[in-house]
Amino acid sequence: MLDVESSQRVERGPSTVPGTEDLVINMGPQHPSTHGVLRVILKMDGETVTDVDCDIGYLHRGTEKIGENITYTMFIPYTDRLDYIAAPSSNLAWVQTVESLFDWEIPPRALFIRSMVAELSRIASHLLWLATHALDIGAMTVFLWCFREREMVLDLFERAFGARLTVNAFRLGGLFQDVPQEFLDDTRAFIEIFPSRIDDYETLLTENRIWLQRTQGVGVISAEDAMDLALTGPILRSTGVQWDLRRAKPYAAYPFLDFVVPVGENGDVYDRYLVRVEEMRQSTRIIEQCLDMLPDGPVSCKTPRTIKPPAGEVYHSIENPKGEFGFYLVSDGTETPYRVRIRPPSFINLAGLKKLSVGGLLADVIAIIGSIDIVLGECDR
Amino acid sequence: MADEAGTTESNGEGSAETEAPKTPPGMDLRNLVDAEFPGAVLEQSAYEDREDEVTFVLKVDYLLRVCEYLRNHPAASFKILTDLTAAHYLENEEPFQVIYQLVSVDHARLLRLKMKIRDGQEVPSVTEIWSSANWMEREVYDLFGISFAGHPDLRRILLPEDWGSHPFRKDYPLEGRGERIYSKPTRKESGE
Repeated sequence: MLDVESSQRVERGPSTVPGTEDLVINMGPQHPSTHGVLRVILKMDGETVTDVDCDIGYLHRGTEKIGENITYTMFIPYTDRLDYIAAPSSNLAWVQTVESLFDWEIPPRALFIRSMVAELSRIASHLLWLATHALDIGAMTVFLWCFREREMVLDLFERAFGARLTVNAFRLGGLFQDVPQEFLDDTRAFIEIFPSRIDDYETLLTENRIWLQRTQGVGVISAEDAMDLALTGPILRSTGVQWDLRRAKPYAAYPFLDFVVPVGENGDVYDRYLVRVEEMRQSTRIIEQCLDMLPDGPVSCKTPRTIKPPAGEVYHSIENPKGEFGFYLVSDGTETPYRVRIRPPSFINLAGLKKLSVGGLLADVIAIIGSIDIVLGECDR
Repeated sequence: MADEAGTTESNGEGSAETEAPKTPPGMDLRNLVDAEFPGAVLEQSAYEDREDEVTFVLKVDYLLRVCEYLRNHPAASFKILTDLTAAHYLENEEPFQVIYQLVSVDHARLLRLKMKIRDGQEVPSVTEIWSSANWMEREVYDLFGISFAGHPDLRRILLPEDWGSHPFRKDYPLEGRGERIYSKPTRKESGE
């Protein structure tokens, strides 16, 4: 058994009500609603949360250190294991960071396929988020429906890259090989049915009274506080800040694509839900445009056999489904990076849990963890 | 103190003029900081002169004041500290660098601040300026062993609390099970 009280900062103390004392609750690390091996230690005053402490690091594998001792190409599969819910997004961040040290010209076909696969991974990630988030709050059907569509996206990945979860999708300079025509056909078939499936989820949730009561006004954060805590992605946008790196610092094929960056107003769990659902619709639009505009030609530029970038340091980040996912990379001119730093959106967004939860109820913490949308593989690295 | 700041300022300006005849990126921010805190910026660089990769190397004494200024000044408005990390350069005289990556949503631009410190030197914590620094400074403390003065809750975050050393230092061995001390322990560790 875990000794809740000995090693942690959250300790029992006098409560606001005389003659009672605060209750320390240990949630996790294998609690079904904590999304991975996350342990949360809650200090409660009655039903109200007064302090939150997260115990993370169960999945720490020293990925940054590994990256400093293998070549640039060898690190691509490791990035799959960071945000494994949306592995192609992590691949994209890494290959673009390394490419930014060079002045290679990536062929347009590769750029469009990259954007398309990144958006498919956004859909896959948001579907898993919606499924588990709704399940945490008690809506079982949404879970089953979302996984039905997530399976379709994973099948698309398998068709294009031969793997479902850790896809190792991109290479430095472009793609390993062109995607098969069947992948493009199946993707088009998928985006034709997917908007109606999103409507189905919304029928179950958006005006559902239980859902509204559990999410509206829960875990509210202001735009100022969200920026202070460096919360990025849908959490920041739910507060009304229109900050999306696909727009602010366009990469891959995004400069050529037309899409809307949805923002919320109240910064609560419900607005985060609305923002992510709308992002899935926008992703569908982006994929459709990519398919329509997909140019012919090579999928990889000519790259040297050994990748030796010039010495220097760059920071490059992309809009991962969970937020700003970036790499700070120091090259010393050799075949291996000198320093690889992963800017993990889950880790930094999870740090906001305390701010979001304190003052709320225990049941709200479950809803808030779901709405932050963390993946512990990338949080712990 | 005042003399030292004065000489660094003149050095910094002189080298900037000789190195780059055309305006290097980030010069507006440099002028902003220099006007308020002369001598705070020791070096300025940008990878391939890119606007996104502007880096200022700061004097440790000035860190908090410069950060607060850059956060609150409307022309800079760096409201987000998006990343805070460190790097270890074994052979350097000041082997550690602490790196701050700032984002300004209003101006859609990035700025990197850097500090070079000695082994065992404490760094002022920026948690008072950006709350996001809390966990990131804990991570740097955990993996590099850099202490942050004024941090409200400086504990290990990813590794077990009894781990004993700091694996992201470059002299930490890659192979071997469990904990190995490669170099002789630092003063702080043996003191504990």
